[in-house]
Order: sequence, then C-alpha cells, then structure tokens
Amino acid sequence: MVPALGLRRVFGSIGYVSKVSIATSIALLLLWQLAASLEVVPAMFMPSPLAVAAKFVAVSRDGFQDATLVEHLLASVGRVTAALVAAVILGVALGFAMNLSQTAQGVIAPVLEFYRPIPPLAYLPLVIIWFGIGEFAKVLVIFLGILPSIVIATNEGLRSVSPDRVNAARSLGASRAQVVLLVLLPHAMPSILTGTRIGLGTGWATLVAAELVAATKGLGFMIKGAADFLVTDVVILGILVIAAVAIVMEISLRLVQRAVAPWQGRE
Amino acid sequence: MKSLDVRDVVVRYGDSNLGGVVALDHVSLTIEPSSFVVALGASGCGKTTLLNLMAGFRKPSSGSVSFDGRTVEGPSSERGVVFQHGALMPWLNVIDNVAFGLRLKGVPRKDRHDRARAMLRLVYLEGVEDRRIWELSGGMRQRVGVARALTADPDVLLMDEPLGALDALTREQMQELILDVWARTGKSVFFITHGIDEAVFLASKLLVMSPRPGRVIASLDLDFGRQFAAGAKSGDVKSQPEFIAMREHVKGLIFSSRQLAEAAL
Repeated sequence: MVPALGLRRVFGSIGYVSKVSIATSIALLLLWQLAASLEVVPAMFMPSPLAVAAKFVAVSRDGFQDATLVEHLLASVGRVTAALVAAVILGVALGFAMNLSQTAQGVIAPVLEFYRPIPPLAYLPLVIIWFGIGEFAKVLVIFLGILPSIVIATNEGLRSVSPDRVNAARSLGASRAQVVLLVLLPHAMPSILTGTRIGLGTGWATLVAAELVAATKGLGFMIKGAADFLVTDVVILGILVIAAVAIVMEISLRLVQRAVAPWQGRE
Repeated sequence: MKSLDVRDVVVRYGDSNLGGVVALDHVSLTIEPSSFVVALGASGCGKTTLLNLMAGFRKPSSGSVSFDGRTVEGPSSERGVVFQHGALMPWLNVIDNVAFGLRLKGVPRKDRHDRARAMLRLVYLEGVEDRRIWELSGGMRQRVGVARALTADPDVLLMDEPLGALDALTREQMQELILDVWARTGKSVFFITHGIDEAVFLASKLLVMSPRPGRVIASLDLDFGRQFAAGAKSGDVKSQPEFIAMREHVKGLIFSSRQLAEAAL
C-alpha cells in the first residue's frame, strides 16, 4: 500500500535508527513466516504472511462479503474523511469562539471536558439509540472522537500568540476581522494541524468500532465478518490495511504541515 | 505637521488601595513634528506603558493622550510601532511582512510590493525580499520591522527598545541607520531604551524617567543625533567632550533617582 515515492523518500535519507527499524520489520516478518511454516499454531489461527498476501490479491479481485477490498477501504476512508472535515470546520470555529469570547468559553469548556475523556465506544450505543444504525450515526461517532483534540489544539494555538504580534497588526490598521483572519488563523495553523493529526488517530481507531454495528461495507465490517467465520487471513489482512492507511495519512499530514507551516519550531 | 500630546497621564495596575502599582504618575510630554524623543530609564519606570498609551494599545487611568488634537482611542496606522522582538509574521516572507499594512488597506499586490521594496531600500535591505523571517539575523529583522512600520506612512514612529536584543556592534550600526531614516523621512520618533550612551546619541529630546512610580525627572534638548544626521561621524560625535559630559550628567540623574527610590523603600 505504501507508494513507491514514499519508499524512495524513506530510503533516500536513511539514518541508523531507520535501518534498525527496517531490519526489525523484516525480521518479524521472517519470524512470522517461520512460525507458520513450522505450524507452531494451526494455520486456521495464524496463517502465513504468504497466505495473507494471497488473500490480499483474492479479496482485491473477488471481494469478501459482497464487496472488494477497495470498496471496503473506500467506505471506511469516506466515513473518516467526512467526520474529519466536519470536525476540523466545527473544531476550529469552536476553538476560536472559546478564545475570543469568555461566554463561549464558559459554554463550551464544561461540555467538552465532560465528554472528551469518555471512550467513543462507551457512547456508541447511545448514538445508535438516538440516530439509528445508518451512515449518519457512524460518521457522528467518529466525528465526536476527533472533535475535542481539534478544539483544544486550536485554543492552545491561539493562546500562544504574543500580544505584540496582534498589536503590530492593529497598529498597521487591522480591523478585528483582519486580526482573526490574517494573524490569529495563520499563527494557530501549526497547532491546528497537530490537533488534526492526533484527531485522525482517534477517528481511525473509532472507525472499526463504529463499523462493527450494522454496516455492509468497511474495513471494520470486513474484519468483524471474517472473524465470525474464523477466516483469520482476512482478519489479518484487514488489520494490515488499516495500519497502512493510518501510516499514509500520518505521513501526508506531516508533509502538509511542513508545507503549510514551515516556520514551526524556528521562531 | 502633527504632534502627539500626553497630558497629565496616570496609569495604575490593579487597585492602588490594595497594593496596586502606579506605572505612570502624572506624566506630560509632547512629541513635536520631526523630533526624536527618547525615553530613558531602568525597567519598571513605565516607558513601555507610555508607548502603549501613545500607540493606543491601552487607555490611561486618568489624563489624556491626543494626536493632532484628537484623543487617541485605539491603534491607528498614523502611529507606527516597532517592537523589541520584531513581532513579524513568520508565515509571510520579508516583502509580504513589509507590505502587510498595505494589504490590510486593500492595496493591489503589485503596488504594495513596489512600495515595500522602496522601504526596504530605505533601510538598506535589498535582495532579501523572498527570504523567510527566520533566515534573517536579529539586526535584519529589526530593519524589516522598521520598513514595515514605514510602509504604512505613519506620522510618528513608536519604537519599543528596538535594539535591546541586538549585539553591541549591530546595535551601533542600527543606531546610525535609525538616525539616517529619521533624517531622510522627517518623521517624528519616540524611542525607548535603557542604554545611556544610545539615548544621548539619538535624542533631540531626552526624557529621563525614574521608577516606582514612573515619572519624568528630566527633559533635555540635545543635538548629537542631528550632528550625525548632518554628516558628522558617529565616533567623532561620541568622543567630543560635550557628549561625554552629557552622558555622565544623565548617568548621575539616573543613579541619584535610583538612590532616592531605594531610600523611600
């Protein structure tokens, strides 16, 4: 799943730690293959890497439970993307509101602090009771998982702005709206992106749980369905695809962060 | 030309009955057009508070600040500010930082870049238009800060210890640069420092301030900066007996006020 460009980038600037990491990954893979070949555990419980690779090809072509791997993948990525976009828009808006108005801070803070530490899995049943088992409920749970980290990161980013920077803009004639758009927003951008990265991790973790209930497509659904029939190779395949997608997302967001906020850590 | 008037200003932080601090105690001064007013004093004498009042960043507890006859209600581009640590925008390159004030006014990109380039030339910074802020040295950043303030074409430049964070050599170069800009633009300047040498060299009017409560204890009319602006070398200006005598006189004022303040505690 990792694109060739990413691999070349990784190997291009390779350091000692990375070399050890790559060697470790290969060793683990070989150990897994060895254990499977010696049948330490029956293949039904732990299929070999080669069997999983074969399954990757089969599920990509023929599908599993009425959907191909790509369809499962797109269903999952679609849900996380929808939730993420909504969470970034609302989260940044709420973060700004908290920073600009004490009333807004008083209203938002207790609600956020109350539900933030609750694992999304705990309120998933309630969301289903209220909103049913459709797409909306799934996206909503993922959205709720992502939202707090973005609100908090936005607020933290805004709080770190030096009064001088705001005053500089005001003394050049900036209106309140211009201060928000041309000073506060760019200033908070690195922090917002960090919050987005953290939120994406939570969202991706919540996804599988949300898809366990009454989905017909999605990586979580695929894993759950495979587990019900003890199709262990598809379970492992699903886990690896989820890991790969998370890595790709993390790397892309870091590249975005470097492109959008190259000044981070250099002031 | 317009002058900036500070009349009988008092600034209190917190409740003075409950141990609050009087940052400025009945301070009055005028910044005449084309003058170079320097406020000199130890930390805690209220010089930055004074600048914040003039800029419109805060309001006095009593007294008034007015510019061109109108009460100062808030910040405005007619009173440009240069900050100690630059307060530049790291997400913008050099030219967009300098042109920031024009962008706020909706000036088209090409026009504002032309004007920003002219201001960069005025502070002898050319060829760095596309550089990132963090790639610049401290002295270059302050020159960008000065150019940014000038681009908005203010009547007064308010400078809050703009050379405080620079090394000694760069600091002397910047003093000369600021005098040069002052002489060439004809703008009035209010400049804060705690460097005695710097204050005596730059000021056309020197305000010596004392802390706790912050007040102006002496106002001196000087012309060493004008001598430099008229073409004299800074080394010659600073080594003449009058300069040295004035420096010692000012030093005496500051230390006697400090002893008085300590005796009062």
